[in-house]
Amino acid sequence: MKSSRDQVLADLRTNAPPPTPLPELAGDWIAYDDPLAQFTAVLEGIGGRVRVVHGDEELRAAVAEVQQQVAAANTLSVAPAAPGNVDPASLSDPHDLADIDLAVLTGDFAVAENGAVWVTDRQLPLRIAYFICQHLVLIVPAAAVVPTMHAAYDRLAAMHDGEGEFATPAFGCFVSGPSKTADIEQSLVIGAHGARSLTVLFTG
Amino acid sequence: MSSAHAAAAAEFVANDERAHWHDQALWFVRSKRDKQAHSLPEWERLRELASAIKLHTMSHLPALLEQFEANATRLGAKVHWARDAAEHNAIVHGILAEHDVRRVCKSKSMLTEECHLNPYLERHGIEVTDTDLGEWIVQLREEPPSHIVLPAIHIKKEEVGELFHRKLGTDAGATDPKYLTESARQKLREKFLAADAGITGVNFGMADTGGFVVCTNEGNADLGASLPRLHIASMGIEKLIPRAADLGVFLRLLARSATGQPITTYSSHFHGPPPGGELHIVLVDNGRSRLLGSEEFRRSLNCIRCGACMNTCPVYRRSGGHSYAVTVPGPIGSIINPARDPAEHNSLPYACSLCGSCSDVCPVKIDLHSQLLVWRREIVARGLLGRGKRLLMKLTGAVLRRPWLYRTGGRLARFGLKYSPRWLVYTRLNPWGKQRELPEPPKQSFRAWYAKHHKRD
Repeated sequence: MKSSRDQVLADLRTNAPPPTPLPELAGDWIAYDDPLAQFTAVLEGIGGRVRVVHGDEELRAAVAEVQQQVAAANTLSVAPAAPGNVDPASLSDPHDLADIDLAVLTGDFAVAENGAVWVTDRQLPLRIAYFICQHLVLIVPAAAVVPTMHAAYDRLAAMHDGEGEFATPAFGCFVSGPSKTADIEQSLVIGAHGARSLTVLFTG
Repeated sequence: MSSAHAAAAAEFVANDERAHWHDQALWFVRSKRDKQAHSLPEWERLRELASAIKLHTMSHLPALLEQFEANATRLGAKVHWARDAAEHNAIVHGILAEHDVRRVCKSKSMLTEECHLNPYLERHGIEVTDTDLGEWIVQLREEPPSHIVLPAIHIKKEEVGELFHRKLGTDAGATDPKYLTESARQKLREKFLAADAGITGVNFGMADTGGFVVCTNEGNADLGASLPRLHIASMGIEKLIPRAADLGVFLRLLARSATGQPITTYSSHFHGPPPGGELHIVLVDNGRSRLLGSEEFRRSLNCIRCGACMNTCPVYRRSGGHSYAVTVPGPIGSIINPARDPAEHNSLPYACSLCGSCSDVCPVKIDLHSQLLVWRREIVARGLLGRGKRLLMKLTGAVLRRPWLYRTGGRLARFGLKYSPRWLVYTRLNPWGKQRELPEPPKQSFRAWYAKHHKRD
């Protein structure tokens, strides 16, 4: 008897329609005069906050401000300029992060059209950090704002000396705003299961 | 049972206030979709690309699936193949049993709904928690979702408040969505932290990388899949796309079409298991390869499950998702469900006014309303039309074939409608008149009017 794999593939081969070409992805995509301003407008529109900070001192102050606002007792930070009180090296199991109030993490780049930031578990092996914290701060270089998702995937394909972001096992995510739901009568509620707030700090 | 949908819809519209509220709630989502679509000058180009990419995928599906499998395996995932729902459920249960899993958190997956995975696992003593808020609400109510993106769109906040009071002990009479959502967050946090495994669906699988993408707004898929060491992803074989770069097209379309957001809050890309964890991908056919063989209906495999066709459909909005009695309702459901079992779902292609609005909003350009019309022909050809409709069609055909009979019938109707009492006209034999008034009968037929005014000019 054929394995299920072979059976499914055989059925698909029998029923396959005539081949059609794969289109090129080029297009006259929307462009923004000021991508950072566009990103800010979109993210603020969906409940996120944006700050541009210059130098370690401003970064430290901006993080401290969020920390105070959300009354964070446990802060996990990967930013040397603004360290938290939880040692990342002490965390070995995802469940260890259950009581993190504020996570200060880094994003590789941002997307202007939809307010998304690309994050991965390459620097921080416990990917749960982006989702389990009560509040989230993402630090992103101000120069790293691409206009659209097409540019975003071009950028991902060029990462790691052209190997591409997806050539080796890893987790990556576009995070756009705080977690939210509208499942009760279409009423928007910020803070569903993930972070209750998102602040993006652009370092200029 | 050709009247199945109409009968179930009649129950829904019997509550006039609720039917209108449902209609308005969905039209609001449709309006948000329009706003997002109009914000991008390249919207139509994106739809064309998405359609072409999916058509290419469907015409190369076996090779692309093999490529996906090879890449996913190389990254450390274990790939399984299931011919049907039963095999899918057995595979998932087998993996869970092997790891002694008692508690599972599951994010939204229409495929696992289609396979009835929850009751299967529960029968085997495994607790399954649906973690999307809307899905959890319908799970607590022990009913299926009524919409694929907005599972609890048919439920009022007063009902959620009452449900949570009973099941979670929230304050009696509380109806504030913020309060209710917070209560669910607290309770589900406990579930996430206690889960031994996470099950997710798949929005897109990428052949060229072997990874897949899951989109949520709540973050529930990530909490479910990233806390335990075991992650099982159930993926319909039609969810494949050839290249990761194609996501640039699809992620621009998906959330804008679904809920009028520029993108979902989280678009998670899984490539291989996390350090020390396990990742299983279950590829499921369950009738999809057969649908691929149908020239008329294979385009329905392009669907990315955004729900835009439901939000815009005048029949869906006014009859509610449950009236379709299927996992995927609305226009797309009225194509794929009859394909699975035409006798069971023969009424669905008639739950349609052929207005074409679904085809206009579909981000992958499925010709939904044309396919629905083709289905009606199929249902007649296969002898599956209900007795009432069949007799009516026979009668109509007989009249239209005989001009003299048509003329006589018209004369009788004009006369009859003018002088008959209401009780004689608005009977069971006149379903059209159930919620509508018949028009005033004209004094003369069009034929008579035309003959008089355009005589040889």
